[in-house]
Amino acid sequence: MEMFSYPFLVRAVIVGLLVSLCAALLGVSLVLKRYSMIGDGLSHVGFGALAAATAMNAAPLTVSIPIVVMAAFLLLRISENSRIKGDAAIALISTSSLAVGVVVISLTTGMNTDVCNYMFGSILAMNKDDVRLSIVLAVVVLALFILFYNKIFAVTFDENFARATGVKTGLYNMLIAFLTAITIVLGMRMMGALLISSLIIFPALTSMRLCKKFKSVTICSAAVSVICFFTGVIISYINATPTGASVVIMNIAAFILFWAANSVRESIQR
Amino acid sequence: MALITCQDASFAYEGGAVVSGLNFEVRSGDYLCVVGENGSGKSTLIKGILRLKTPRSGSVLTGDGLKAREIGYLPQQTAAQKDFPASVYEVVLSGRLAARGILPFYSRHDKRAADSGVKRLGIEHLRNRCYRELSGGQQQRVLLARAFCIASKLLLLDEPMAGIDPVMTQELYRLIADVNKKEGLTVIMVSHDIHSSIKYASHILHLDNTQIFFGKTADYVLSDVGRRFIGPEGGEQRA
Repeated sequence: MEMFSYPFLVRAVIVGLLVSLCAALLGVSLVLKRYSMIGDGLSHVGFGALAAATAMNAAPLTVSIPIVVMAAFLLLRISENSRIKGDAAIALISTSSLAVGVVVISLTTGMNTDVCNYMFGSILAMNKDDVRLSIVLAVVVLALFILFYNKIFAVTFDENFARATGVKTGLYNMLIAFLTAITIVLGMRMMGALLISSLIIFPALTSMRLCKKFKSVTICSAAVSVICFFTGVIISYINATPTGASVVIMNIAAFILFWAANSVRESIQR
Repeated sequence: MALITCQDASFAYEGGAVVSGLNFEVRSGDYLCVVGENGSGKSTLIKGILRLKTPRSGSVLTGDGLKAREIGYLPQQTAAQKDFPASVYEVVLSGRLAARGILPFYSRHDKRAADSGVKRLGIEHLRNRCYRELSGGQQQRVLLARAFCIASKLLLLDEPMAGIDPVMTQELYRLIADVNKKEGLTVIMVSHDIHSSIKYASHILHLDNTQIFFGKTADYVLSDVGRRFIGPEGGEQRA
């Protein structure tokens, strides 16, 4: 594999694998809680934050992580209070930050390939600091997910029951939102602001076609996500296609495969 | 001291009051059925007792050192739950979560409690089935098993018999009456089945956006409101 002789590619693959793993784990809970839109909204907020960071000449991650984390808590609040209004509010926030981001970019560097890179991702975006940070954050996300696995399940399945029996559900919702925000910021520059939410939503939906237990859904979506990312990167390297989009294409393929497999199995059972 | 005391409590959603004028006591070992028409505030009251909803006025007090993790709660099902990919055992075991505190994993004791919950509800054959593939009545029994495996003092059931066939319903009523009598578990149940309610419950609370009746079942049957609601013997199921 000659592609791994390029250091930037190795960095991108390491960061990407970790991000897709974390995104898939969190995605199971987000999709089942009907919070998929939060992931999408956060990536747009991240775009705005990234643009602002570039304009201020600040380090992209140090600016965007706190902003996106705050946005995550805000979106969670909105969705919890009222379903219908929450939907509209998320769309409002995500388009607003997209607009702010585009204006900031055009005022500073002008509309150029940078914007395209933010929107659809670039494999060149990862430097050594990013790799270090993403390894640390990915380990934190994984550790928290494993430690709180049972609580995440209970809060995802039935929040009212968990709260009634004395579980602090608000805390775990915030934990999920916090981890999601960090995962999105990490993956955004490589996958692109418009495509990163697919890493959260696709693997969960894909594994739900076949798996019947929460534990197997979780493990399966982690595996699907990692495999799709890896094959997506290789395909993008061979065909010189954009990385983010190629990974999403692989996720679509996996989804269709799982869906077809389930249809076959059901028709055999009948 | 009573397990639960409602003093002049009222609950409201945005705008108007849903239910008000609540004054009643539930003592340890009681079996209380909450009856009334749809939208009369029964589920809201249950949420108030669980502190999922704060009263707009008055108070809901708990006594006898009742802790949240001693309560088994059966909520009404939500749409998101009906197609949830989880095994029956995973769902039942999740009832034990509150008993864990901050510890991350379930102990052998928790698993035994979940097993006994599964056995009590007669759903051993469904143990490894996927929750979303079960019928509504089977799902309801799974959620009942989850409530059973954590309840050590109080069982709060919000329309437990929804979607369950008549034979199984009678069996479950007997099971609930059994744990109430033999294990001294306090039961508060929202029910539309007035005839089973007066057959098994020790106390009746009748709501119609306000408290119409609270007292012993024997008194309810003789009261005006009770007679009207129950209807002529052998007549309509619900007034």
